[in-house]
Amino acid sequence: MSETWIHILIIVCVLLGMVTIAAGLIYVERRMLAVWQERYGPNRVGPFGIFQVMADMVKIFFKEDWIPGFVDRKVFIVAPTIIMITTLLSFAIVPFAPGIVVANLNVGILFFLAMSSLGAYTIVLAGWASNNKYSLIGGLRGAAQMISYEVFMGLSLMGVVILAGSFNMTDIVMAQKGMWNVVPQFIGFVIFFIAGLAETHRLPFDIPEAESELIAGFHSEYSGMKFGMFFVGEYLGITLVSAMTTVLFFGGWLGPSFLPPIVWFLIKMFAFILVFVLLRASLPRPRYDQLMSWGWKILLPLALLNLLVTGAIVLYNQ
Amino acid sequence: MLSSIRTVWLVFLHMFKKRVTIEYPEKKAYLAPRWRGRIVLTRDPDHNERCVACYLCAAVCPTDCISLQATEDENGRRKPEYFRINFSRCIFCGLCEDACPTYSIQLVPDFEMGEYKRQDLVYEKEDLLIDGQGKYHGYNFYRVAGVAVGVKGKGEGENESAPVDRKKLVP
Ligand code: SF4
Ligand code: SF4
Repeated sequence: MSETWIHILIIVCVLLGMVTIAAGLIYVERRMLAVWQERYGPNRVGPFGIFQVMADMVKIFFKEDWIPGFVDRKVFIVAPTIIMITTLLSFAIVPFAPGIVVANLNVGILFFLAMSSLGAYTIVLAGWASNNKYSLIGGLRGAAQMISYEVFMGLSLMGVVILAGSFNMTDIVMAQKGMWNVVPQFIGFVIFFIAGLAETHRLPFDIPEAESELIAGFHSEYSGMKFGMFFVGEYLGITLVSAMTTVLFFGGWLGPSFLPPIVWFLIKMFAFILVFVLLRASLPRPRYDQLMSWGWKILLPLALLNLLVTGAIVLYNQ
Repeated sequence: MLSSIRTVWLVFLHMFKKRVTIEYPEKKAYLAPRWRGRIVLTRDPDHNERCVACYLCAAVCPTDCISLQATEDENGRRKPEYFRINFSRCIFCGLCEDACPTYSIQLVPDFEMGEYKRQDLVYEKEDLLIDGQGKYHGYNFYRVAGVAVGVKGKGEGENESAPVDRKKLVP
């Protein structure tokens, strides 16, 4: 097989694999939430309820896809696709195993940051196009949240970049041969994970959605598969941030050689996905001004300090 | 901050606790004998209908879901001609059971009455009437009542004195 065909195969595998994982996460999340709330969760459809995903998918495909008359039609339709597209594009730079990467960009991290910033448009546009007070408030909160986490998200990754001396994701993984970045960059890891939570709009930072305050926030007016896209987009985001955390701080595919690299990658990634669910099960949602002041007053200085100290140590060692 | 981490840890520990869910169709929760569920009409120890069609239950029902029509048999014993409960409106408050002077109408511990058609939730007398005495055994209204309807002669009931001879009842 020629290079091109292998490449296309990788692209298709990554695309299908990620969408499947994201859909499967719906089941994983419901089951794990139940476990942490002393329930069973969906356990009726098929063995252990694993066909619940299919049942849900069939259900959501057959729901009426209704566009309310008062919405801004074009924007309303485009908004849910943005999150799917940007998140799926971000997967292009994730190295799953040696050689298994869609695009080995030398500005990998920057590409990821750019795509995750674009993802915020989905919320703002959906909130605006819905022409509904609650959705608009959700969209505004999404914008406010975005300007509070984007800054320290980028800065928290710069320590990793300094240590590896490259923006390329594969290089960053290779630079962690001796020691995973989580040890020297622990603060960076914590900050990035918090930013990742905010970036995926997951509980406890689901402020634009906030169903107890805003009905469903920016997607109140959405139904059918358009809602499904937001839904799967959110789970894709979880997968993406877990994969990025694995690559940037936990040595990507590196691990003892009794398991193939891709398995190590998936194990680490799923561990982080479970942490996401655990956080959802346990933490309450802050107010959005609390998140903003936290981001600007604590996490941003901390990220800067981390960058400064990392840079100083690297310079000193040269 | 620390308390948040503690919260996460404590929630994580719930993983190892016993599940509280009762897996319903296979395992059933305990229902107390006094649980207020499906309504039945009971019979007295002589196997006659207890209901005397006094309309008290229909009058007390807050949702107006009981409907009945009184009639009499050849002995002058009152009974309902039809007796209908619309369970799609019943709120299982149990007031009808409290109001009934004859222990006829009773709520029993059963809730599995789901139907696909609303009309099927309207229970007629044949659906309501059971063969037994329900929760209150041995009670027969006409044995303590003052009227003779073929169950006992006049003045022969429990705690009932013989009828007064009104010819001798002069001061
Ligand atoms: S339980 Fe309450 S609502 Fe139901 S029939 Fe009796 S009085 Fe009416
Ligand atoms: S209160 Fe009892 S006796 Fe009277 S009509 Fe209702 S069921 Fe019959």
